[in-house]
Amino acid sequence: MPARALSHVRICDFTGQLAGAGATRFLAAFGAQVIRVEDPVTEGRWDILRGAPPFADDRRGVEFGGQFQNHNVEKLGVTINLRTEAGKDLLRRLIAVSDVVAENFSAGVMDRLGFSYDAMRALRPDIVYVSNCGFGHTGPYARYKTWGPIVQAVSGLTFSSGLPGLPSAGWGYSYMDHTGGYYMAMAILMALHHRHVTGEGQWVDFSTVEAGVTLNGPALLDHAANGRPLRRAGMPHSNRGWPGRMAPHGIYPAAGDDAWIAIACRHDADWAALAAQVGEPWAEDAGLAGLAGRLAELDALDDRLAAWTARHDATALAARLRAAGIPATRVQTPQQRIEEDPASADWGLWPEVEHPLMGAVPVDGLPLRLSETDWEMTRGAPLLGQHNDVVFGGILGLDGAERDRLRAAGVI
Amino acid sequence: MTAPAPGPLADLRVVELQSEAGAFAGKLLADMGADVVTVEPPGGAATRDLPPFLDDEPHRERSLHFWHYNLNKRAVTLDWTTAAGRDLLLRLLDGADALLEAEGPGALAAHALDDDVLRADRPGLIHVSLTAFGRDGPRAHEQATDLTLLAGGGPAWSCGYDDHALPPVAGGGYQGYQTACHFAVMGLLTALLHRDAGGPGQRVDVNMHAANNVTTEAASVSWHVARATVGRQTGRHAAVQPTQPTIARCADGRWVNTGMPPRSGAQFRAVHDWLRELGLLDGFAEAALLEEGMKQGQLSFAEIRENDLLRAMFHAGRDAMSRIAGALDAYDFFTGAQERGFQCGVINAPEEIMADPHIAARGFPVEVEHPEVGRRIRYPGAPYRFGATPWAARRRAPLIGEDNEAVFGSLGLSAGEMASLRRSGVI
Repeated sequence: MPARALSHVRICDFTGQLAGAGATRFLAAFGAQVIRVEDPVTEGRWDILRGAPPFADDRRGVEFGGQFQNHNVEKLGVTINLRTEAGKDLLRRLIAVSDVVAENFSAGVMDRLGFSYDAMRALRPDIVYVSNCGFGHTGPYARYKTWGPIVQAVSGLTFSSGLPGLPSAGWGYSYMDHTGGYYMAMAILMALHHRHVTGEGQWVDFSTVEAGVTLNGPALLDHAANGRPLRRAGMPHSNRGWPGRMAPHGIYPAAGDDAWIAIACRHDADWAALAAQVGEPWAEDAGLAGLAGRLAELDALDDRLAAWTARHDATALAARLRAAGIPATRVQTPQQRIEEDPASADWGLWPEVEHPLMGAVPVDGLPLRLSETDWEMTRGAPLLGQHNDVVFGGILGLDGAERDRLRAAGVI
Repeated sequence: MTAPAPGPLADLRVVELQSEAGAFAGKLLADMGADVVTVEPPGGAATRDLPPFLDDEPHRERSLHFWHYNLNKRAVTLDWTTAAGRDLLLRLLDGADALLEAEGPGALAAHALDDDVLRADRPGLIHVSLTAFGRDGPRAHEQATDLTLLAGGGPAWSCGYDDHALPPVAGGGYQGYQTACHFAVMGLLTALLHRDAGGPGQRVDVNMHAANNVTTEAASVSWHVARATVGRQTGRHAAVQPTQPTIARCADGRWVNTGMPPRSGAQFRAVHDWLRELGLLDGFAEAALLEEGMKQGQLSFAEIRENDLLRAMFHAGRDAMSRIAGALDAYDFFTGAQERGFQCGVINAPEEIMADPHIAARGFPVEVEHPEVGRRIRYPGAPYRFGATPWAARRRAPLIGEDNEAVFGSLGLSAGEMASLRRSGVI
C-alpha cells in the first residue's frame, strides 16, 4: 500500500498559470509525483506568473513570482528544450514512465510539438492525457484564446454577478482558473480510476468555458423550461440570492470605511429573530412576518435594514446576530480571514513552505482533511530545472556525464 | 455494436444524504456514471421546495433547482433517525463505496452513526462529510449559507464596483456551495485512488468556509507574499493598485471584456488595421501611439510598467479596443477580436451561451426527457469529453421515493416488509 494517497501516480506536467497548475498542485499535495516540464530557452515564461507580482521583497525574476510560488508547491521542476531532437527524445522517455500527461496550452500546441495523443499513446499505451483549454479542442472557437476573466464572461458567470442597473460586477479574480483546475484534477483522477478498473487510458478534452456554464444550473433551467432569461429588468441582483427565496438577504453597510455585513434570513423564524435584534417599530410590522410581505416591501426593507446596520460595527453585529441564530458574517478582508479567523488557524489553512530562494512563505492550504492519508505542503515551487538531476538521473537513469552533455548542448 | 461505456465511474456506488449544500457533489459523480442513491425523508427532501419551479407552480416534483442538482441520481425515502431506518441505512452502506453527506457536526453521531461506527464494519467505505467550518473547531457550530460562505470566505471582498460606496457582490448561482462540492469530489476520488492502490477507505472532511478561502487567487497570495490588500473594481480583477477598465459597452447595448490589449508590434498593427477597416481611425486621438506600438517587438509587463511611453502605447491599445467595441455588436466584437488573435470575450447571460454555436457543435447542451410533464428540457452537459467513456444524461432527477422498490429490493426486503416500513413512516 502506498504511504500517501497518490504516491503511486507520476504526472508529466506541462500546466501553467492557475487553471492548469492548480490541478496538479492538489494532486502533488496528496503525494503524486508531479514533474513540471519547462522551457529553458524562455526560462519558463510561457507561464506568465513566473516572475510576475506580487513579490516578497525587491528581488525580481523568474524565481520570485508570488503566485507562481503558491500554485506550484510540492512539484518537481525540470527543463527540456523541445526545439531539439535530443529534447524530444528525453520527453518521450519521460512520458513512457508517466501515468498522466497534463497540459493547458491552446488547442494544437501539443500536436505541433510532435506529442499528439496518438504519439503519446505509442509511447505508453495506457497513458491518461488531460488537456485543459477555454473552448476545448473541437468546435468553431477551438483556436480562440482565453484566461479566467474571458472564460467567466463567455460562460455567463460574469453576467450573473452584479447589482441591477449597473454593468456586471463579475468576479474580481480568476474564479474559473481556480475552478478549471478543480475540474482538471477531477478528470485526471476519474481517468486514473477507469484505467485501474479496465487497464485503458484515454484523452480527456476539458473545456473551462463549459465548466463555467454548468455553474449556473437553476438559471439555465429557468430559461429552458420557463422561458425566463436572466437578462431582464431588475436582474441580476445577486446579493439577494435566488429571487423570492429569502428576504432580507444581502450585504449591508457597517460602521467604518468599506466595512460590510452579510445577512441571510432563511425563513420567517430568522426574520423574527432579526426583527427582535433591530428592535425598531418598522421591524415589528406584522406585515413583514411572512416572506410574501417582506418580498412585497423588499426595497424599503433593505434600505431600513441598511440604515440600522450602518450604525454598528460589522464584527460585533455579526457575532450578535449569529448568537441569535441568524446566518451573518462581516465581509472579511484578506487580513481578517488569513490572520484573525480562528476557524482557519485551527484548520491549518495557511501552511508555510520553504522556497529555495524566497525562504519561508505562507501558501493556500487545502480545505479538506483525509483521515488516513492527508495532504502535506512543505516544499515551495521548484526553481527552473531544480530537479533535472533527480528526474533525468534518478528516474530516467541518465548518468552524470550524459546530463552534463545535455546541459552543455542546451537541451536541459 | 456495443453501447458506449457509461462513464469512468460506472463501478462506483455512492449513498448520498440529500442536502442543498452537497447535492452538486453527488451530481458531478452521477454525471460521470456513478450510481448515486440520494436518501430523502419520507415525503421528500426540503431541497424539493427550492425555486424556480416548472411553469412557476410550486410543487415538490417541479423544482428546477432539484432537477438540476439531482440529474442522473436514484432516490429512496428513508428516515434514518428512526431505529429501523438507521438499520436500513447501514445495510445500504454495506454495498456502497462512499457516503456523501452535509448533515452538520454531530448530526450523524446523535443517531449512533459516528464515523467510527460506519467504518468499523466497512473498512473500504469513503465517508465524505461537508460542513460549514469543519467537523470540529472553534466555529464548527455556526450557521452558514451560500451568501455567508462567499462573504466570510473571501470571494465577495474581491467582487463589486470601482465605487466603494456600493457593496461587495456575492456572485450568483450558489458558487459558495459549488466550490465546496468540487473539493468533495476531488477528495472522494483521491481516497478512491488510494483504495484502488490497496489502501483502506477513509473519512474526507470538507470545510466549506476553507474551500472559499482558498478560491480567491490574488487576494490571498498578495497578503501571503506582500501583506497587501486588493480592492474591488468593476468587472475586472481586484488589485492592489487600480487598473484600467476592461469591460466595454457595445453598439447593441451588451458588454464585452476587451481582454488583453496589444503587446507586440504585430498586435498594434492588427488593431490599427481593424480601426481603419471600420472607419474609426480618423478622430482617434491616440492613433500616433498605436503607430509607435507597431514598431515594437514583444513587450513584457515589466517593461510596460517601467516605461512611460510604452505604458501610453499600452493604454492606447486598450482605448482602441474599447472604441471598436463601441462600434460593433458584442458578438461581432468577440469573434472579430479573437479571429485577429486577441483574448477577449462577450459577456453572455447564462441563457445566451446555451444558444452559442460553438458549444452546440461540441454537443454540450443535452435534452432530458421529463415524461411526467410531457417535456424535453435542455440541460447543460458535461464539461469534459472522455475519449473512452462518453458522458450521457441517463435519467432526469428522481421522483420522491422512485427507486425504493429497486434499491430496498436489492437489499433483500420483501414487498411485505417494505409495506410495513412505509406504514410506520420509515420509508
